[in-house]
Amino acid sequence: MSHKWIRLFAAGVCALLLATGGAQAQKQGGVLRITHRDNPPSASIHEEATISTDMPFMAVFNNLVMFDPAAKQNRLEAVVPELATSWKYSDDDRTLTFQLREGVKWHDGKPFTAADVKCTWDVVSGKVDGKMRKNPRKSWWFNIKDIVVDSPTQVTFHLNDPQPSFLVMLAGGFSPVYPCHVPAAQMRTHPIGTGPFRFVSFQQNESIKLERNPDYWKPGRPYLDGIEYTIIPNRSTAVLALEAGKFDMNITGELTPELVKDVLKAVPTMQCLVQPSNTEGNLLINRDRPPFDNPQIRKALALAIDRKAFSDILSHGVDNIGGAMLAPPEGIWGWSKAFMETVPGYGSDVEKSREEGRRIMRELGYGPDKPLTLKVTTRNIPDYRDAAVLLIDHIKNVYIQAELETLDSAVWYARLLKKDYAVGMNVQGTGIDDPDVMFFENYTCNSERNYTGYCNRYLEALFHKQSQMKDFAARQQLVWQIDRTLQEDGARPVVYQSQGGTCWWPAVKGLHLAVNSIYNHWRFDDVWLDR
Amino acid sequence: MLAYLIRRLLLMVVTLLGVSIAIFLLLRIVPGNIADILLDSAGMIDPAEKAKIVTDLGLDLPLPVQYWHWLSGLFHGDLGYSYVSEKPVIEEILPRIPITARLAGLALTFAICAGVPLGVISAVRQNTKLDYFLRILSLSGLSMPAFWLGLLILMACVKWFGSIPIYDRAPATFGAWLAMLAIPAASVGFRSSALIMRLTRSSMLEVLRQDFVRTAKSKGLSDTAVTYDHALRNAVLPVITTIGVETAFLFGGLIVTETVFNIPGVARFLVEAIRWRDYPMVQNLVMFIAIVVVTVNLIVDLLYMVVDPRIRLGA
Repeated sequence: MSHKWIRLFAAGVCALLLATGGAQAQKQGGVLRITHRDNPPSASIHEEATISTDMPFMAVFNNLVMFDPAAKQNRLEAVVPELATSWKYSDDDRTLTFQLREGVKWHDGKPFTAADVKCTWDVVSGKVDGKMRKNPRKSWWFNIKDIVVDSPTQVTFHLNDPQPSFLVMLAGGFSPVYPCHVPAAQMRTHPIGTGPFRFVSFQQNESIKLERNPDYWKPGRPYLDGIEYTIIPNRSTAVLALEAGKFDMNITGELTPELVKDVLKAVPTMQCLVQPSNTEGNLLINRDRPPFDNPQIRKALALAIDRKAFSDILSHGVDNIGGAMLAPPEGIWGWSKAFMETVPGYGSDVEKSREEGRRIMRELGYGPDKPLTLKVTTRNIPDYRDAAVLLIDHIKNVYIQAELETLDSAVWYARLLKKDYAVGMNVQGTGIDDPDVMFFENYTCNSERNYTGYCNRYLEALFHKQSQMKDFAARQQLVWQIDRTLQEDGARPVVYQSQGGTCWWPAVKGLHLAVNSIYNHWRFDDVWLDR
Repeated sequence: MLAYLIRRLLLMVVTLLGVSIAIFLLLRIVPGNIADILLDSAGMIDPAEKAKIVTDLGLDLPLPVQYWHWLSGLFHGDLGYSYVSEKPVIEEILPRIPITARLAGLALTFAICAGVPLGVISAVRQNTKLDYFLRILSLSGLSMPAFWLGLLILMACVKWFGSIPIYDRAPATFGAWLAMLAIPAASVGFRSSALIMRLTRSSMLEVLRQDFVRTAKSKGLSDTAVTYDHALRNAVLPVITTIGVETAFLFGGLIVTETVFNIPGVARFLVEAIRWRDYPMVQNLVMFIAIVVVTVNLIVDLLYMVVDPRIRLGA
């Protein structure tokens, strides 16, 4: 036997051993205990935009397709079947047909059919009033022309234009299939899904409990008997409880890099990962109110920011620097380092940028003796407040004297709605690392999440253009240019891209986290406990 | 006596009515409402959606109408629906009341059981080393914020015992239940016990100098009999007042303690409800707390009559 065949045989045996060994090692049973940071506003994923709802309730549902849990990066190539067994685009890429899994049942025993798929996307795209209180991602589905139920096991999405990212958006944690027969009000309090875990209870400010779905369509899954989230708003208590072994893991991305260090010091065997949360700190500049209706002042403000200082101070240098799109290597669409150097305000010579900012301000009549005075408004939450304090310090360099104004969450929203602010420090997350999600959700003229009301028709045309591009490299170049224009235009200048830590005890097995989003890997059907 | 009781009960009703108006109006004066919070949680800016929620929840009705809806509901035992959980308020509040009641009861028991005897000992042993130690201890109790003390206790528990008393709705044994609540109760009761101790001490010192104490001693009564049967009985009136007041203050301490020890009681729930501007929940919780405080004060007044015959005869 030649060496080549011996090696192949040995590799095959090893692979077989690993595969069988791995399968044998997985244990059935046990309840996964997770600390939760706050009370979710509701249990309905389609109505919320927070990890507080997404993570605990994602395991109740399935999507048509999902991101491969074993893949590190959420991207188009990592999309795998879930309730859909296969999909096919038409020749003009305007029709996407899904073959659906047969024999799948909702947790209340009713059969899952193509009508449920149509029903879900008719509601979330805003074509039908599904009696939801909120629909924060309506802008994602702008391209849906019609949804046709071909048969109980086949459904077709008709799109206005080709859109490669459409599949990516369907794979996100925020895109579960909802049952047609369950009213929206019930989905907020007692969700029914097809997922690996059934809803048991949601005690306000106390706990969320899920139990194993014995009729789950995936044979032998899930391994766990249940998942219990305990709501512990006090972060110190949550960390101490995790260290004491009262919990198996913490809600994702909630630990700062410093806290992760503390946890590892207290429990060296703990598994921890600090990764981008696809959450960014950005500035809301009220361009409807003087003097920020002047693009030059917006530019001067943006030039004053030292992004590295933000990262160093807020996260000991862990936070990424980038534009709207998540920076590489974790992010797919973020600027390369070389490109970023060419974007005004992003160069390594901060003093040079600030000098340019001061020049602009002097031309507009401001100076050391006549500074522009304003308030920097933000929510009274540490993440927001700390960044706002730093911002105030930075903008002093361009003759802007600011005072900090902290607001309760309810007041913050009301003020944004009334556009009653000059500059706001904002923190926000995005479900998927994808330009369609980022641009259409946050920067289109009529988006529900366009806080500043930024509206640039030229850019919006470019959003559509990149959305239809199939060639990755060409699309990436266009995305970089769009992102650059957004930053130059002061649409919502990005200050930092934050990273958060997740820790779990070694007994938790089969847990895979994505590096470019915290929102999409919480089905938990592969997770098991070794104890 | 009966007339006094009726008078006090009528006063209670008036007080509660006043509280109901105050809380109803104060909640609506505070900027932002549940629609703001709901849309904020979804990261949405949409005036049309906000208007829809406001109409759905009846927040656009005139204030007197809203108040009447709430009050008439109260009289019929209907506390309304929570805006957030969309469940009847009564279903949300009822399971939490026993949790807070047990914690408050334990904290108050700890405060009285530790505060009164230590105050008496401190007074009887005035200016001894023991007195100095107890005075330092009581000062510490008054100086240490409950949240800081709570976190210190939790950290010590993890460090020394490798575990912390996290709340469990169904503890396995009575011992486990006691261990789970005793530490938070001691943490919140420490301040109250310090206050009671200092007050008992100063009150006792004043009484111990009275003529009737000297007379009792000269009659040949034992020190214990003089201290507890005569002096303490006369010194306890201001202490009873303080205990009544502390019961009201206890809710403030419980908010912190329930948060730090993650106990899902009424106090922590109230803070969350205020944050969410969950009007039905806040209104009813505050009314519940008001009823407790007013009732405790009534009990304190009635205790006066039991302890002090002069008040009984005067009434």
